[in-house]
Amino acid sequence: MHDTTLIVSLSGEIDHHTSVEIRETVDREYQKRRAKNILFDFSNIVFMDSSGIGLLMGRYRNVSICGGYVGLYNVPTKVDQILNISGIYKLMKLYESKEHAFKSLA
Amino acid sequence: MQNSNDMQIEFASNSLNESFARVAVAAFLSQLDPTVDELYDVKMAVSEAVTNSIIHGYDADPNRTIWIRCAYSDRLVTIEVKDEGKGIKNIDEAMQALFTTSEEDERAGLGFTVMQSMMDQVVVESEVGKGTKVTMTKTFY
Repeated sequence: MHDTTLIVSLSGEIDHHTSVEIRETVDREYQKRRAKNILFDFSNIVFMDSSGIGLLMGRYRNVSICGGYVGLYNVPTKVDQILNISGIYKLMKLYESKEHAFKSLA
Repeated sequence: MQNSNDMQIEFASNSLNESFARVAVAAFLSQLDPTVDELYDVKMAVSEAVTNSIIHGYDADPNRTIWIRCAYSDRLVTIEVKDEGKGIKNIDEAMQALFTTSEEDERAGLGFTVMQSMMDQVVVESEVGKGTKVTMTKTFY
């Protein structure tokens, strides 16, 4: 946590199978910590298919209801490719770094 | 001389096998010494096709069967992903970006769009009540 922002460090692979657990964990922590925004750190993600897009869209929906924002940083090139295909950057911002994200969300 | 090879696997429609399937196909295609990007693209396409079979074909029943056939001839790679699930009523509609019939959790409706972006060609054959076969091809550099 950083102020009202929940920082989620993702690692490994995001597919239909793994997204279930990620979703549950993120939603639980978001509620428990009464966070407003969510920042996803993708630096340790080695694979992501379109299930990851569904995951991000769902979190965007929840966070929007609470008046917050979703941000992403350290996104690997291949993950950036599918994020671009999905058009999800219309809903959430890609930041150069954690520091840039904090500055923007503050 | 033409360099060709093929393999087939069958596995349960358990979502744990999404990762197994894409890794198995990637391991086989490593014989072609592809680039990291090419392998990643194939893994994405396989992951999407297998996930479709599990979620849509079999309504998330983990005890059905999915078949994958993968072959190459020189640098032309063909991958078939087949299920005997409920089939697709309207293939054109199913292949449209953001279209999804899934009521289960959060699906982006991008499965076929991703397969089409990652592979050179994607052909879908389906019969309601019989199953679906997705055939994808890609030429490696």
